[in-house]
Amino acid sequence: MNIYVLLKRTFDTEEKITISGGKINEDGAEFIINPYDEYAVEEAIQVRDAHGGEVTVITVGGEDAEKQLRTALAMGADKAVLVNIEDDVENGDQFTTSKIISEYLKDKNADLIIGGNVAIDGGSGQVAPRVAELLNIPYVTTITKLEIDGTNVKIVRDVEGDSEVIETTLPLLVTAQQGLNEPRYPSLPGIMKAKKKPLDELELDDLDLEEDDVAAKTKTIEIFLPAQKEAGRILNGDLSDQVKELVQLLHTEAKVV
Amino acid sequence: MNFDLTSEQEMIRKMIREFADAEVAPGAYERDKTKEFPIEPFRKLAEMGIMGLPFPEEYGGGGADTVSFAIVVEELSRACGSTGITYSAHISLGGAPINLFGTEEQKREFLTPICTGESFGAFGLTEPNAGSDAGGTQTTAVEKDGQFVINGSKCFITNASYAKHLALTAITDQKDGKKEISAIIVPTDAKGFKIIDNYEKMGLNASNTTELVLEDVYVPTENLLGKKGEGFKQFLITLDGGRIGIGAMAVGIAQAAYEKALQYAQERKQFGRSLSQFQAIQFKLADMALKIELARTMVYKAAWLKDQGRKFSKEASMCKLYASEICMEVTSQAVQIHGGYGYMKDYHVERFMRDAKLLEIGEGTSEVQRMVISREIGC
Repeated sequence: MNIYVLLKRTFDTEEKITISGGKINEDGAEFIINPYDEYAVEEAIQVRDAHGGEVTVITVGGEDAEKQLRTALAMGADKAVLVNIEDDVENGDQFTTSKIISEYLKDKNADLIIGGNVAIDGGSGQVAPRVAELLNIPYVTTITKLEIDGTNVKIVRDVEGDSEVIETTLPLLVTAQQGLNEPRYPSLPGIMKAKKKPLDELELDDLDLEEDDVAAKTKTIEIFLPAQKEAGRILNGDLSDQVKELVQLLHTEAKVV
Repeated sequence: MNFDLTSEQEMIRKMIREFADAEVAPGAYERDKTKEFPIEPFRKLAEMGIMGLPFPEEYGGGGADTVSFAIVVEELSRACGSTGITYSAHISLGGAPINLFGTEEQKREFLTPICTGESFGAFGLTEPNAGSDAGGTQTTAVEKDGQFVINGSKCFITNASYAKHLALTAITDQKDGKKEISAIIVPTDAKGFKIIDNYEKMGLNASNTTELVLEDVYVPTENLLGKKGEGFKQFLITLDGGRIGIGAMAVGIAQAAYEKALQYAQERKQFGRSLSQFQAIQFKLADMALKIELARTMVYKAAWLKDQGRKFSKEASMCKLYASEICMEVTSQAVQIHGGYGYMKDYHVERFMRDAKLLEIGEGTSEVQRMVISREIGC
């Protein structure tokens, strides 16, 4: 089975995040594989081990993303592809990334493509579904269980806490939700072998794409940190006075009613 | 000059750090109390291929370098000192002498199970009257019909209860009144070999520390490890590597104590401010960070020299001596910063302080390290 994993390098949101000049400070930030993409890598490895085939991990980004690709190789993926857009694209968006990935994948005869449900940085959850749309294959998002029998696929997907069972067929794109599996630690032999596994680096030219073909469709106006959480307030006094005060505060201070 | 870790070393660090936080740290407090050996974390470490980390792949090892070994020991020790010392002794005292001095057959038979984690590695050197002073060795191995007959006892031997075999030192001959000491590999299930596990220790409670008693234990003479009469020399070479492990352990325990102290100082409020806003506490924390950074750098340097195939005895002693002494200071200050709470087990730092003390003693006391360094600088 020909399996592809869409992987994104993100900063670790458990570390402190700072903003300067309208951008997130990359100095001192820790970078990781997007946690949902880790589920995708793990699932891909499990499907390969059960059904045979090959797992290729692909990312769109800069040179630095090699680390995250190597980690996926250390976990057990077979090959990695980095589409390096550092020099060509200044401000990409979900359209940019999905266009590039679909161009890469269009002649690869992928049986199964797995992505994370959402990236913890941008949080759009758009890239994987757009790729499926561009490749004209079915997709199922936020899956928590995947069973493959020949070309028939049975999926459980998480719908806001409820489960939905879906039957579909390969070729297929799915996105991984928490609970799909427990990603493994890379093993020592895996780490030692990761460097020797193939990692192809491509640029837009190699995909016959021009900068205009992938120009962003959206523009980021502003990036800001959430407002500091302030201490709560407890209202005192007669109950009806409290209600009056609360309504007034919601109206004048919080401006929500 | 380059202070960056390689991509493999960095991946190993990330992997073992996550593993230590998730799988080793949560049980450390409980194991300190119950003295239960950390068998479950080690089962998982074996699955991940960590148990044979620096040994050749042909014997089931990982083929990684000494810097990676130091990283793994540091991270495990940060989570649990007992787990750290078990691992360090397994590799540097148990596996290393067989890898360094064993024949091809000995490596296949005895190093492979250490690499796979089927057996823990252990080394029988210390005796009631001998440790760094090899002259005090009393255990004897007499050759008889192609066999060694071993009699004697050993003390403070790490991991022996979980080892299928171990190398130990014994007197094989006397020349001009001088004892000839050799190393011999002995299966722990041999007749007449008793392993006693009943020490009451100050710290490192979940590590396995044993007495060995050997009464007419027969092993074939092929089990001689390395050259006859070179047991002590080989042991000194083995300990050079072991000292990097102890240095790394000290860095890990000190790091754990420092992290706890820093967090506590930021949270705890007295006189209307957090402790970390008092200069007296700030300076303590600054000193801790400084000492840990220096100790880690020295551990890495000794490990790097070893990986380059260069001489590293002096640096190994320096890193072991410095790291273990600052670990004692840092853990003691971490308790101090916690005040009365630091004296309570719930806050972990008292455990770090108890665990730290062994590092100034094991694998050559601080005094012996100073002897080694003095000799190396030409005194």
